[in-house]
Amino acid sequence: MEITQQDVEKVAQLARLAVTPAEKETFAKQLTQILAHVDKLNQYDTTGIEPTATVMGQVNVFREDFVRPSLSSEKALANAPEREADGFVVPKILEER
Amino acid sequence: MSLHKLTLLELQKQFKAGEVTATEIVRAYFLRISHVEPKVKAFVTQVKESAFMEADVLDRKLREWRKTKPLTGMPLAIKDNICTDGVHTTCSSRMLQNFVPPYDATVIAKLRAQEYILLGKTNLDEFAMGSSTENSAFGPSRNPWNLHCVPGGSSGGSAAAVAAEECVAALGSDTGGSIRQPAAFCGVVGLKPTYGRVSRYGLVAFASSLDQIGPITRDVSDAAFLLQAIAGHDALDSTSIDRSVPDYMKALQKRDLKGLKIGVPVEFFTEGLDPEVEQAVRAAIEELKNLGADIKEIRLPRTDAAVAVYYVIATAEASSNLARFDGVKFGFRAKETKDLLELYMKTRQEGFGPEVKRRIMLGTYVLSAGYYEAYYGKAQAVRTLVCQDFDAAFSEVDLIVTPATPTPAFKLGEKSEDPLQMYLSDIFTISVNLAGLPAIALPCGFSKEGLPIGLQLIGRAFEEETMLRAAHAYEQSTQWHLKKPMIR
Repeated sequence: MEITQQDVEKVAQLARLAVTPAEKETFAKQLTQILAHVDKLNQYDTTGIEPTATVMGQVNVFREDFVRPSLSSEKALANAPEREADGFVVPKILEER
Repeated sequence: MSLHKLTLLELQKQFKAGEVTATEIVRAYFLRISHVEPKVKAFVTQVKESAFMEADVLDRKLREWRKTKPLTGMPLAIKDNICTDGVHTTCSSRMLQNFVPPYDATVIAKLRAQEYILLGKTNLDEFAMGSSTENSAFGPSRNPWNLHCVPGGSSGGSAAAVAAEECVAALGSDTGGSIRQPAAFCGVVGLKPTYGRVSRYGLVAFASSLDQIGPITRDVSDAAFLLQAIAGHDALDSTSIDRSVPDYMKALQKRDLKGLKIGVPVEFFTEGLDPEVEQAVRAAIEELKNLGADIKEIRLPRTDAAVAVYYVIATAEASSNLARFDGVKFGFRAKETKDLLELYMKTRQEGFGPEVKRRIMLGTYVLSAGYYEAYYGKAQAVRTLVCQDFDAAFSEVDLIVTPATPTPAFKLGEKSEDPLQMYLSDIFTISVNLAGLPAIALPCGFSKEGLPIGLQLIGRAFEEETMLRAAHAYEQSTQWHLKKPMIR
C-alpha cells in the first residue's frame, strides 16, 4: 500500500507529533517500503487462528488494595519541566468566556 | 594480573579472600575507563564519585563484619533505559536528557541489596530502538574489536563496555535481539531470559509484550551468576511469573551433553547468511555433537514472517508506551508553545530522534481505524503461528542452535540510511522474543577481519538451565571467550 504525505499528516496528528515537510516526504517513502515488507504476512493463512497478545498466558493479576509508601510530592515533582507550588504548569486549557 | 581482566566470578573470589578491596577494584576500573572510553564511548553517564563512596562504605563494613553478599564490590554498568534512583536515565534521548528517576528499577534494587557498585549508565539506540547505537542522541558507541564498526544494538554500550573491560559485567534489555546481537558483535555473552523471568519494573517500556532485562558478561558462568541475582517474581510487574528460581550455577556442573537433543533449523541457513558466519556456526554444531549432543535438523517454517510481525507489534506497543512523553510531568518540554496541543506536538517533534518518530508513526498507523485488523490483528495471528513452530520443534528437541546474527558487525553508517535493511539484521533473534523464549549468544569464532561471530542457543520457556549447561560445555571446550580486543 502506498502511504501518501496526506496519510503521514493524518497519522502524525493522531500521534501528536509535529512533522516538517521534509519529514513528511521521507516518512511517506519509508513507511511505504516497510509496509510492503509487512504485506508478506498475507501469505500466511490465519483463518481460525487466535491472536497472541502475551505469551505466558497471564490473565488478570489482582492484589489487595492497601496503602503503601509512595513518592513524596516533592520527589514526584522534581523532574517537572515547569512547576508551581505542588502542581505541574501547562498552557491554559480552558478559554475564558 | 590487572583487576579489569578478571571475570566476575574470579574477581568475587579475590575480593572474598580479602586479596583486593572494593576501593582498589573501583580505582582499577576507572583507570581502565580513562584509557579506553575516549575510543569506545560506551557510557552516557559515569558515576565515579558515588562509586568510590560506595566502595569505601563496603570496605569499612567488611572490616567490621567480614560478611559479603553475592555481588559485594562488583563493578557493573547498566543500560541507560533502566531506572536508577538519583542517577540520570536518559534512554539516549533528548527527551530524557535531564531525567533523574526518583526510584530504582526492581533489578537495580536487587543488585543494590547484593551490594554491587554502579560505574555508570551505558549508551543505547534511543529508547532501545535500533541495532547499532547509531540512533543515540549522544552519538554512537564503537566496537572494541574495530572502532570503525558498530557494537550492535540496542544494548551496544553495555556490550562494548564488557568487551573493552570497562566493567566486569553489565545489564542490557532485549526486545528483538538487543542483548544478543550486540553481545555477538562484541564477542561477549548475552542472555535474554524467558519473558516474565526478570521484572520489567523500572525498565523504560518500549514493547511491553517483548521486553526483557538480561546480563551481558565475559563468559557463561558470569551470565548464570548475574541472572541468578536479578531473576524472580515481582509484584510490581504484573507480567512477571511467580515461579521459583532454580540454581543456575548448579546447571553448569555437567560438562557433557549426553542425552541432549539439539535442533538446527534449516530456515536459518539460507541466503543472506555470511559464509564465514555459517562456517563458524557449523563448526560449533560439530563441537556440540562431540560433546555428546544429538544433533537433529528441524523446521521453523514461519521464520520468514518474524521481522514483519515484530515491526507491527513492537511499533504498535511503542506508539502507545511513548505517548507518555508529552512534556508535562517529566522530560523535555518545547519552549514558547501557545496551547496544550502545540505543547505536545512540538515537544515530541523536538524531543524524539528520527528512528523513534518513524516507529511511533508506523505503530500509530497499524493501530489506526481501518488498518487495525489488516496489520495489527494479522500480525498477532501470525505471531501465534511463530509460537506454534517453536512448540512443534520443542516436542522433538531440547534446544535450538542458530547463528546469532547473519553477519559480523557492520561499519558505522553502512545501514543507517536504510531502516528496512537495519531491521532485517535482527532476523535471527526476533522470533525468540515473539515466542517469549530464553536465548543466549556466545562467541564461536572470528571473521578473517578479526570480528567476533556469535552462536545462539534457544531454550524452552523457563529452561534457562539447559541452555546454560550447553553454552557452558561448549565454551569450556573452546577458547573463543578468552580472546580480547586490542583497542586502537
